[in-house]
Amino acid sequence: MLKLEGVDAKYDSFKALDGVSLEIDAGELVVLLGANGAGKTTLFNTISGLMKPAAGRITIDGKDVTGRKPSALVQAGVVQCPEGRKLFPGMSVLKNLRLGGYVHRRDRAGMNRTLEHILAMFPILEEKKDQPAGSLSGGQQQMVAVGRALMGRPKLLMLDEPSLGLAPLVVKQVFETVQSINAEGTTVLLAEQNAYAALKIANRAYVIENGKLVMQGDREEMLGNEAVRKAYIGA
Amino acid sequence: MNRAIDFLLGSTMRWLLLALAVVFPLVTDNEYHIYVMALAFIWAIAVYGMNIITGYCGQLNLAHGGFFAIGAYVVAILTVDHGWPFWPAFAAAGLFGAVFGFVVGIVSLRLKEHYFAIFTLCVGYIIYLMIDKWEALTHGSLGIINIAPPEGFGLVDFTQTIPFYYLVLAFLALAIWLTRRISESLLGRTFRAIRISDDLAQSLGINLMRNKVLAFVISTVYAAAAGGLYAGVVRFIGPEEANFIHTFDMIAYLLVGGIGTLMGPLLGTLVITWLTQAVQSLEEYRMIVFGPMLVLLVIFFPRGIVGSFLTWRGRRMARQAPRKTRESRVDTTDSNSADATEARNNA
Repeated sequence: MLKLEGVDAKYDSFKALDGVSLEIDAGELVVLLGANGAGKTTLFNTISGLMKPAAGRITIDGKDVTGRKPSALVQAGVVQCPEGRKLFPGMSVLKNLRLGGYVHRRDRAGMNRTLEHILAMFPILEEKKDQPAGSLSGGQQQMVAVGRALMGRPKLLMLDEPSLGLAPLVVKQVFETVQSINAEGTTVLLAEQNAYAALKIANRAYVIENGKLVMQGDREEMLGNEAVRKAYIGA
Repeated sequence: MNRAIDFLLGSTMRWLLLALAVVFPLVTDNEYHIYVMALAFIWAIAVYGMNIITGYCGQLNLAHGGFFAIGAYVVAILTVDHGWPFWPAFAAAGLFGAVFGFVVGIVSLRLKEHYFAIFTLCVGYIIYLMIDKWEALTHGSLGIINIAPPEGFGLVDFTQTIPFYYLVLAFLALAIWLTRRISESLLGRTFRAIRISDDLAQSLGINLMRNKVLAFVISTVYAAAAGGLYAGVVRFIGPEEANFIHTFDMIAYLLVGGIGTLMGPLLGTLVITWLTQAVQSLEEYRMIVFGPMLVLLVIFFPRGIVGSFLTWRGRRMARQAPRKTRESRVDTTDSNSADATEARNNA
């Protein structure tokens, strides 16, 4: 459903993405592995339209969306859950979630259904729905961030390091949630440094280094690959 | 204690303030004070406009005084040179404020942060120059006299101070009610989302430009309407109405009262207006009083009177929250609690 062909992205003269081509099919859970500064977030921002690609083509379901505005891409079903959660700390949990459904604001009934579904998925949020999002724990905030992204009813959900700064037990929970979201039919692109945990739930993975995709393969290939093990799993 | 706080922030308090404003002319026999109050209300309406674009949406618009002057001049030119009655001219002022705001908005809002502020500062100055130099239209530095007052009905005569006071009060109440409706709607949250982060707002699917322009147009309509009322009460205006001093006065009102809060603009405008009255005898030297006061305020109460109160309340609620749910960890970093109070703000 998502296809990138030779995409470049630049910060002034610095080339942060260099000829990135990747393809994600509907229903897949694809992991993007890479160290700090490899270009994971740049790639995400380019797909979601926050950055305009300097070259290349991006298509969604065969439609060219290169250089489209972020709001148009959200409308088209590409929703990014940003790194570091980035909630509206002062707004209540419920208001955060409702803002996530911004593109469906005219469809109240549908929005309420999605909201109920999300609150059922994260019962703790139901309990805290009137508290300011900033007062929640890190893991709970991550749930709000994921829930907020889901409120946009994405076809493609892009999760940028959802495990960042979370306790190991909470990380496990987050990955289980991601897996169940994928099982319900949402295509997921997941950027992670926590390679082992991410690979365990993925169908396929790409490895990004210095702005270039250097390797790709399915789960078993990646878990068995010596270079990947050395660089990202540390075993 | 909690009940007292809730009372201060609740709707009962707002009705009480309105009741106070209604009885004010009945308890004072000094007509000058009523006149000062009416003028303060007019400025407050304009400050409410600035609060939408600058307070809620986070875009520092330094052309706001210019839009106030435009509203005043539309009423002045239409009533004096074209013989219009006040009310149609007043409606035209609001409409023109919207159209001109839209045009300036779609150009200036392409810029962000400081660049937007600098650009609008220039727009404000251009408005001043146009009013000052385009003599055929604006009478130039002579100004315009004999502006038509708002037509009354029955026994109500708006050339008199007390009826005019009530007229302005009605418009102010409308402005506050409208601000509250916006603030509590999805639109208000959209504006706040944009203030907190452009990128984050966009990645939720919010069309930045459309919403920023909308906030800008709403704010210029407030300003132009306030300007129109001003022309109707003062009945003489000159290019000085477009002096950017007025914009900075309004920023001061906004900062003192509490930027991005519901009652801040009113409170700030009233406090400064009456302080100015109190130290009138010092004339030009009154800035010696105001300067240090503003500096102290910005250092110790950066969010103004209402904003600081809300921050304090937010901290208080955060302290009480852990007692209810043990596992909830409370983040009391400054920006968080500040925004926390604000999002819930009903003050």
